[in-house]
Amino acid sequence: MNKMIRDHIISLLEKDMREDRRKLLDYRKPITLEYGVSSKSAEGSARVRIGETEVVAGVKLDVGEPFPDTPDDGILIIGAELLPLSNPEFESGPPSIDSIELARIIDRGIREGNTIDLKKLCIKEGEKVWAIFLDIYPINDNGNLFDAAALAALAALRDTRFPEYDAKKGKVNYEKRTSKGLPLKKLPIMVTVSKIKNKFIVDPDINEWKSVDARLSVTTTEDGLICAMQKGCEMQLSLDDIEKMIDIATEKGKFLREFLK
Amino acid sequence: MKEKSKVRSDGRTNDQLRPIEAKIGVVNRADGSALFKIGKTIAYAAVYGPRALHPKFLQNPEKGILRCNYNMMSFSGSGERVKPGPTRRSREISMVTEKALVPILSLEQYPNAVVDVYVELLQTDSGTRCAGISAAAMALADAGIPMKDLISSVSVGLVNGNSVVDLTKEEEDSEGAVDIALAIMPRKKEVTLLQLDGVLSKDQLRKTLELGIKACEQIYKIQQNALKEKYKNE
Amino acid sequence: MGELLIKDKEIVTPGQVLAVGMDYLPAQNSFREGDKVISSVIGITSVSGRLIKIISLRGKYNPKEGDTVIGKILDMSFNNWFVDIDCAADAVLSMREVSEFVERGADLSQYYTFGDIILVGVSKVTRSAIELSMRGPGLRKLFGGTLMKVNPSKVPRIIGKQGSMINTIKDSTGCKISVGQNGFVWIQGEPEKELIAVDIINLISKEAHKEGLTDKITSLLQEKLGKQNEREKQSEK
Repeated sequence: MNKMIRDHIISLLEKDMREDRRKLLDYRKPITLEYGVSSKSAEGSARVRIGETEVVAGVKLDVGEPFPDTPDDGILIIGAELLPLSNPEFESGPPSIDSIELARIIDRGIREGNTIDLKKLCIKEGEKVWAIFLDIYPINDNGNLFDAAALAALAALRDTRFPEYDAKKGKVNYEKRTSKGLPLKKLPIMVTVSKIKNKFIVDPDINEWKSVDARLSVTTTEDGLICAMQKGCEMQLSLDDIEKMIDIATEKGKFLREFLK
Repeated sequence: MKEKSKVRSDGRTNDQLRPIEAKIGVVNRADGSALFKIGKTIAYAAVYGPRALHPKFLQNPEKGILRCNYNMMSFSGSGERVKPGPTRRSREISMVTEKALVPILSLEQYPNAVVDVYVELLQTDSGTRCAGISAAAMALADAGIPMKDLISSVSVGLVNGNSVVDLTKEEEDSEGAVDIALAIMPRKKEVTLLQLDGVLSKDQLRKTLELGIKACEQIYKIQQNALKEKYKNE
Repeated sequence: MGELLIKDKEIVTPGQVLAVGMDYLPAQNSFREGDKVISSVIGITSVSGRLIKIISLRGKYNPKEGDTVIGKILDMSFNNWFVDIDCAADAVLSMREVSEFVERGADLSQYYTFGDIILVGVSKVTRSAIELSMRGPGLRKLFGGTLMKVNPSKVPRIIGKQGSMINTIKDSTGCKISVGQNGFVWIQGEPEKELIAVDIINLISKEAHKEGLTDKITSLLQEKLGKQNEREKQSEK
């Protein structure tokens, strides 16, 4: 984190200004969402761009044994890899704690939001269920990977179509895709609200992202309910702050949800 | 009957490439970047460097090093999900990518430095290492690193006894097929990548490589146009 | 005998043949191979007489002795600071090359510490390292303001002939501006005027090789400053 850049961002925020002249609670433009960017290989995929930040997400399905404690639930596994391609500060190697945090924050929102009816993924209780593998990759990190990634993940799930499954042989036929989609019940949207000194902003660019004192990622559903939250960075938040941030996240969640269409 | 008029299962002639899309500057945080799409194979390449290489024991005081990392996204393969992380295959491809690109770079002016090239496959449909190399060459040019030439790469081979370029998966897997990954320095027509799977005679090989070089020259034009296109509008 | 295959101010790619024959001589960013002159980068041709030079549009800063650059303190040892000036090699500032007297064994972070932004000169370039010096007029730690980055190849255009372009921007925005040869630009003034200066410099960077840029910049400055004055008048009411 660079002090000069941080001080500059703070002095701008004190005048309710940002470097790119956005309002404090505005997302960058344009925001684009594309479905099926890897449609030949992935059962579902999507790409989200927020300003210059770009993330792709893809889904692969398979049939396997359920977890022993949930014999009639399908499996959902969400992973993320912070590719060194996307940011000079990312290194090759095993998943960093940041990539694990990203995956788990998104997982929290999708799983707890009951986005997917896991029971409908059951083929034979205790023996065979569908497993959903959702993998997230940033292509360009210009700040706020969190929100872009969460949106791409949800879009990839919406894009997903089941491959044919031969129940007798117990094999998936990846060459043939059906038109049946995942049993999605909700569309939870994650919005990360950041606090720099005493100002709240959304969608920090890369300089702002490095200057954030505290952030709260809030995932909300269409009915305005909160289904997941995670606080990040080291500064403390008051209950008042948290309430304000939840309100911002709920409102901005509605805004981002429109892009799924 | 001329070989050229033979039509392949996807309607292409023997010397015809699948549709190609090449774009520069797709990762703005990188020093150089490019996208190379051929058929349904989609490769991203990003270059960071030359930059100081740490830890120090990896440094070469005589010249900079080129470090290539090839990776397939988990959902990029047409069958099951690919577990993340390097495999023996991806590590080999990283190595041959590096060997294919090093001959065009003049790294003596960057002692102790490293040029990192990252290749990511978003979707794979044969010809992946070649697409990665073609993308990487454009990304190196976009990074402003002095080069003797670009590198252009494509697969070429023998299918049903005919020399063909840019093989599909079906063609690669067909009975008696020969599959060659080829990369050249286009101006001098010198080979920097050559990997062959299959059985063929020396004559067949020569004919096939000649066809491959012509195909690489087509790719070269596309790469040059993509580079010029970016700066025309600036 | 020789044939020029390109025009002046044409965009060329690495490996592209610029001329054939021994008449033409490769200058910057080009080389000879047999009887051909070839570009080694993506750039714009500049032909003057028999010399063919390619102005690179991209690439890292290439340090030259005498350059003034802007860097960030990355680390320090007992007698040196390590400075990031965004090029291929590490840059070093010795404790003897600052204007203050630094005692042996002193804690270097008391003078310049991690993250400090400094305006500094390149005093020596060797194969193993780049030596910097802060002994010189105007060289110092930079406080406040903001830092932006352009490609080093655009710096001459941003400075302009005899500094004409950068002085125009300084005068009309009232900002202090320092331009490093390595592409970093430091700007300090009123926040709104800083943003205007950043926009203008980004525009110059984007259109550096186009004609009519100076006029475009002058009118854009007038327009943006005019709008800003309007905004200020409105808020005073």
